[in-house]
Amino acid sequence: MKTNRREFLKASAATAAAAAVGLSVDGQTQALAAAGEDQWQWDKGVCRFCGTGCGIMIATHEGRVVATKGDPEAPVNKGLNCIKGYFNAKILYGEDRLTQPLLRKKNGRFDKRGRFEPVSWDEAFTVMAEQFKKHYRTLGPAGVALFGSGQYTIQEGYAAAKLWKAGFRSNNIDPNARHCMASAVGAFMQTFGIDEPAGNYEDMEATDTVLVWGANMAEMHPILWSRITDRRLTADHVRIVNLSTYTNRCSDLADLEIIFRPNTDLAILNYLIREVIHRKAVNWDFVKKHCVFATGPRYIGYGLPRQTFATKAERDTVDKEIRKRLSEDEAIALGLGETDERLVEMVHRDKPQAHWQISFEDFAKGVEPYTLDFVAQLAKGDRDEPLDTFKAKLKQLADLVCEQPRKMVSYWTMGFNQHQRGVWVNEACYALHLLLGKQSMPGNGAFSLTGQPSACGTAREVGVFCHRLPSDMVVANPAHRAKTEKLWTLPTNTLNPKPGTHTVEMLRQLESGQVKFLWVMVANLFQNSANADHWLKAAREMDNFIVVSDAYPGISAKVADLVLPAGMIHEKWGAYGNAERRTQHWRQQVAPPGEAVGDLWHLMEFAKRFTLAECWDEKKVPGAELEGAPKGVLPDVLSAAKAMGHKPEQTLYEVLFRNAFTRKYPWPDAIANGHRNHVAERLGDGWFPEKGLWEEYRQFTLHGHDLADFDTYHRVRGLRWPVVDGKETKWRFSEGHDPYVPKGAGFAFYGPALKAIPTGDLTQVTDPAPTPIGPKAKIFFRPYMDPVEMPDKAWPFWLCTGRVLEHWHSGTMTRRVPELHRAVPQAEMYMHPADAERMGLGKGDLAWVESRRGKVRLRVTIGGRNRMPRGTVFVPWFDENVLINKVTLDATDPISKETDFKKCAVKVYRA
Amino acid sequence: MQANRRRVLQGLAQGAAGAFVGGALWGGFLRQSRAAPTVLRPPGALADEADFARACIKCGACVSACPYDTLRLADLGEDAPAGTPTFTPRQVACAMCVDIPCVRPCPSGALDRAMQDIGAARMGVAVLDPSTCLSMQGLRCEACHRACPVIDKALRLEYRHQPRTGVHAFFEPVVDPDHCTGCGQCEHACVMDVAAIKVLPRAVALGRVGAHYRIGWEDDAPVTEGFRQGPAPAAADEAVPGLDYLNGDPP
Repeated sequence: MKTNRREFLKASAATAAAAAVGLSVDGQTQALAAAGEDQWQWDKGVCRFCGTGCGIMIATHEGRVVATKGDPEAPVNKGLNCIKGYFNAKILYGEDRLTQPLLRKKNGRFDKRGRFEPVSWDEAFTVMAEQFKKHYRTLGPAGVALFGSGQYTIQEGYAAAKLWKAGFRSNNIDPNARHCMASAVGAFMQTFGIDEPAGNYEDMEATDTVLVWGANMAEMHPILWSRITDRRLTADHVRIVNLSTYTNRCSDLADLEIIFRPNTDLAILNYLIREVIHRKAVNWDFVKKHCVFATGPRYIGYGLPRQTFATKAERDTVDKEIRKRLSEDEAIALGLGETDERLVEMVHRDKPQAHWQISFEDFAKGVEPYTLDFVAQLAKGDRDEPLDTFKAKLKQLADLVCEQPRKMVSYWTMGFNQHQRGVWVNEACYALHLLLGKQSMPGNGAFSLTGQPSACGTAREVGVFCHRLPSDMVVANPAHRAKTEKLWTLPTNTLNPKPGTHTVEMLRQLESGQVKFLWVMVANLFQNSANADHWLKAAREMDNFIVVSDAYPGISAKVADLVLPAGMIHEKWGAYGNAERRTQHWRQQVAPPGEAVGDLWHLMEFAKRFTLAECWDEKKVPGAELEGAPKGVLPDVLSAAKAMGHKPEQTLYEVLFRNAFTRKYPWPDAIANGHRNHVAERLGDGWFPEKGLWEEYRQFTLHGHDLADFDTYHRVRGLRWPVVDGKETKWRFSEGHDPYVPKGAGFAFYGPALKAIPTGDLTQVTDPAPTPIGPKAKIFFRPYMDPVEMPDKAWPFWLCTGRVLEHWHSGTMTRRVPELHRAVPQAEMYMHPADAERMGLGKGDLAWVESRRGKVRLRVTIGGRNRMPRGTVFVPWFDENVLINKVTLDATDPISKETDFKKCAVKVYRA
Repeated sequence: MQANRRRVLQGLAQGAAGAFVGGALWGGFLRQSRAAPTVLRPPGALADEADFARACIKCGACVSACPYDTLRLADLGEDAPAGTPTFTPRQVACAMCVDIPCVRPCPSGALDRAMQDIGAARMGVAVLDPSTCLSMQGLRCEACHRACPVIDKALRLEYRHQPRTGVHAFFEPVVDPDHCTGCGQCEHACVMDVAAIKVLPRAVALGRVGAHYRIGWEDDAPVTEGFRQGPAPAAADEAVPGLDYLNGDPP
């Protein structure tokens, strides 16, 4: 691109204006303005932030990212960006970018009580390996853990899962996506037998009705929301419904806003389902051919911890994990009779995921109590709204839902997923769509949005979870382990069959001393986990070793023992998979600063410190059961390994990473088009790790999750899997769109998981023999239940947490961008003006928000982007100076183990 | 400092009240020595107001040459230093004479005497108040649009569906700063009691996209073939980034 006069004027104006207001223009930027843009080199990339997956173009000059723009050829965003995406060029260049490994030391040696000092990579890995081996030897694979991320590149996530599961034979690996998507995954697997949405973003232009459930898309998926807005503006009959616990920016566009009480989204769904049945709107042709009805146990607990570590203040909430007295609402919602016992034991805590087939009659009986009268009084979330008004809105919603032929899409994110009945509420939404036959077609479908850029592509698809293997396989399934062992050339019984610690359990075991080595990568575990005081204390006061790989220092680095500086997105090769199954790859544009190196290298370099002999000998894993091995034991597989050609003194790096398969992909490679690869160069042994690992991983996907070869992705703007014969799939399970649906079937919900289930009625199994259901989806009945902790006299407010458009997650990147920091410098507490007035609080006043677990001080805001109903406050969690997760409750969905960050009881008072 | 002081002294010498050096008046002169940020200058004026104020010798030649009496010399007590040329579009807007007579006699370089194209003038830029603009309410006004000498470029209409009536369209005036000269014909023509469209100096009115970003669809920027990565970022100075924070107070 030639420098034209306009560009020149722009550049000179920038310099002049910056000087005029006393800002120092970054020296290098100034030099570039003088040099002009004709030297800039452009390449395609992907936005670093959310699950939308916008394409960007990146300009580099003199080894620096100088600019980005929205990629006009990217189908998702067609050249647009939101203001986080707008700052992709600046996130690399924060002042406190970590450039050296830092280790806590005293008198020249590692000391848990020491202060951070810069060390060499060699010293860092030596101490890290020593500490790992110490705990690995004494505690076995169960004593070490890795906390990964939905922001790992696909290759990083794959390498992490392989190192931990195949190398260390530990399933204690879980991503921050556990906090984000696990409930969605649970519902996908139980309903469809395969993970991830059927539809895609083109549904937004094809639909007539958009239901937004507990998702502030206007701020959290800004580019997608602009597509929905345009659809609304250009078609009069389109209706948008915003269902939320408070008024957010989506309400502004919505034709109908429904403010409900926390957790009652499930009751509203059951009301809608009941209406569909009563109004005879069930699409029987679709349901009979493609669906079965199902339900599961009710008393499954709340994922709360054992009593031992609860403080006195926490006990009354934690007690309900074992037994609780049902409320009047719950008794009705569960269809209990007058004489049924109200004090119930949470007897199904151990098997919350169990489910069985039921008849349609039982299903209809399940939703029968959810009348308009019952649901309206239960669900009305704004106490200032008249009941009749709320009833009229629910009825209006039911009218929209039942109208045929009206296309309908449901979108949701954390409101459904971070929910003590998250899997249930996801499933109830599918139930509604399936009953109506509004699923897996253009403009029709329930679509689970993702928060993170690669929650789908990395965390879910490669299996960075404690129970998963690549492509929807699970560690507990012997056939899945066998397939994985074959593709990874591992001896039989190398893989550990016992699911490891999920995120919350990982933290609880850090506190109890069962986990003593913890590595946190591409995430900020200690800022993003609920009930944080417990874990912050455990990190610093227990005998353990915590490693954090990150680009910037945050709370997690602060409580770590070793901090490893990481290369960021545009500094490495990688790939992300977005919410619509679109996989997008990018190349390295610039080198990381100082000693920082991409996370893939951290993993592989660490793997070099271990021999097979250290990892593949006999290991004790309590609870593990493998055929041909004693209970609680992973057998020695070294001799079997020898027979396969692996020598005991070989390192995990040689066997898992630079192996016979991946070595076939040499570096340099023509697809690089001149781009460098600092990971390959630093390894210096002639292979192309990102490509080799991609092609190896791809072998897992070729039966329903099909991914294309590495080079193809560097020529296109992403492809939506399954990619079969070079063609992407827009609508899964639907004939004519999905190559896996047989001709003449119309639809096929062919996902293979959980497709043989017992039979029973609403409350129990009557025939335990698993009956195959064929390629059908399950329509679940799931009852409403109260959240475990609700406001009362002492703790009168609901606390909901979330994000703001300007900041990404814990702010490690966006708070380094001065413009974003200036736009939203701190987390404030949104509250209703009457609540504030009653407490003598005004806008900008300091207040405490306190729960049974902890408290933080913050500023009050009234009005603005979020308008709260009386009795609810909202606090975003990006701000480490307002560590709101000290206040939140670590209750989880018992099936998905995902924390409910959206509701707990707090008090608010002047500071 | 030096330049400021010189300007003050110039103001003193040329101002009518130069003989009185009372404290209050002195303060007044201090304010007088600098133009308020909203002052508009003739076509071809040096873009930076400080440069212009330094260059203009207050001779009045441009004002004499203006055939429409658009230009006038600022009076004492106005927003601009007394004696410097300015104009007030709501009173008399610039007619955008093709021969640009005002710039020709300028002896000091404050105005670009060689200026050839009045369309390149950047006296300011029009800014719309959508809350009062009649067109933005859906009324068919667009007087500003039709008054614009650079119509459909500097000021164009965008059509948007009007959901309230369901059968009409909005005709929304949109200013394009790349074409707007700041002549003020729009402001002059606006039918409101107080104009809903006003010309402001560009430095006041215009935002600026960050230097790190380009509008995606504006300039074609294909993937660079034969990419060559530049040098690795220079090592930080002695300080270890992040160290003070990490060794600071626990969370």
